[in-house]
Amino acid sequence: MILIGDLLLIGLLVGLAWLSLGTRDLRRAVILFIAFGLLLALVWARLEAPDVALAEAAIGAGLTGALLLAALRDYPPAARGVADSRAPASGVRTAVLPGLLSLALVGCVAGLAWAFASGTPHPEGLTSAVMGEIGRSGVSNPVTAVLLNFRALDTLLEIAVLLVAVLGIFALNTERRPYEQPEPVVAAFVRWLIPLLVVAGGYLLWVGAHAPGGAFQAGAVLAAAGVALRLTGHRAVRAAESTLARLSLVAGVAVFLATGIAVMLTGGAFLEYPAALAGSLILLIEVAATISIAAILISAFNGGRALAHQGARTAQTGQPLPDSPPPSRGNGAAEC
Amino acid sequence: MIDLIAAGFITTGLAFFLAGSIGLLRLPDIYTRLHALTKADNLGLGLLTIGLILQVDTGLPTGKLLLIWLLVMAASSVGSHLIARRARAEGISTWSP
Repeated sequence: MILIGDLLLIGLLVGLAWLSLGTRDLRRAVILFIAFGLLLALVWARLEAPDVALAEAAIGAGLTGALLLAALRDYPPAARGVADSRAPASGVRTAVLPGLLSLALVGCVAGLAWAFASGTPHPEGLTSAVMGEIGRSGVSNPVTAVLLNFRALDTLLEIAVLLVAVLGIFALNTERRPYEQPEPVVAAFVRWLIPLLVVAGGYLLWVGAHAPGGAFQAGAVLAAAGVALRLTGHRAVRAAESTLARLSLVAGVAVFLATGIAVMLTGGAFLEYPAALAGSLILLIEVAATISIAAILISAFNGGRALAHQGARTAQTGQPLPDSPPPSRGNGAAEC
Repeated sequence: MIDLIAAGFITTGLAFFLAGSIGLLRLPDIYTRLHALTKADNLGLGLLTIGLILQVDTGLPTGKLLLIWLLVMAASSVGSHLIARRARAEGISTWSP
């Protein structure tokens, strides 16, 4: 019975991936991709990896979906089916590449099937190694112990990659055009939702020490609050304008690096926390990382630098506000 | 006994999900499909939540399940409101037999 459910899940996953890649309508492809992400989160949950499931649902399906939909909005409607207008090229050459790729894919699947059938040499993986050292890691959730202590360097680099990506976005683009004022139902819903999202983000951050959760999930939930604000005409992070927003963008990498170097002064290696302080240091890094991840994802959704002299409220007054930042109710989210 | 009652609630909830899915596939226009989805899913999820609450410890897990139910209801009603509004703005007329 459980096997039937698993096979159904796998079949749906592959089917959705196929449909999403195969459709010629970009909007449909994006929506199928979001559905694929949600289903993938279910698969992770089924594989008893709730941390990954949370991250996949929040970032893979939620935030990436929002980014793709926002990017789609910048496309002229006529271009959304662009693949359709291109006549399929004829000849043998066009069939070679898909053929080779299919062969490679079949080889991969066959290899995986063989590895699965012949039995893996280390069935428990690194579980025992992690669980043996977890007492010194400062946290009791093994995933957080690996991400923020044993392999903290990887996580530092992940956050640095996000920062570099958003710097690239700032270098290339200006902000997407603002969204219209929402209708009352949505505005009321978002007003009600934002505090809940902030609380949920804080909860995920705190609970990460001993249960599924952590900086990436918390940051994604806070970013969702920022996206909701943006969609209803507010601006959560005015990235290029305020010092606070810039500080939030770099806080994660900065605090991570500073902590790593500070523990070197006490005699350890880079990011080798003293066992007594490990819990507090991890929480400190995670708080900063959460703020940064949220700010970076919101900035990515905004799509680039804010245009000079473009205030969120100028549309209402008709007057540009050259020097003073426009009074925006969305401002508060930059501080959370 | 509790497990049996919980199973009853969950099965009934799943029946609503099934009805909602059939409605989504079979009903003639966007408004009736929305009707099938929101009504059936909210009731279905409610029954599912009750069934799950019977099986978890009282306290925090119960609160979380109730919160999930409320949030999904709020989100789905706002979502279907938006879809219906957009459909009307685009001039999609209602189905008449």
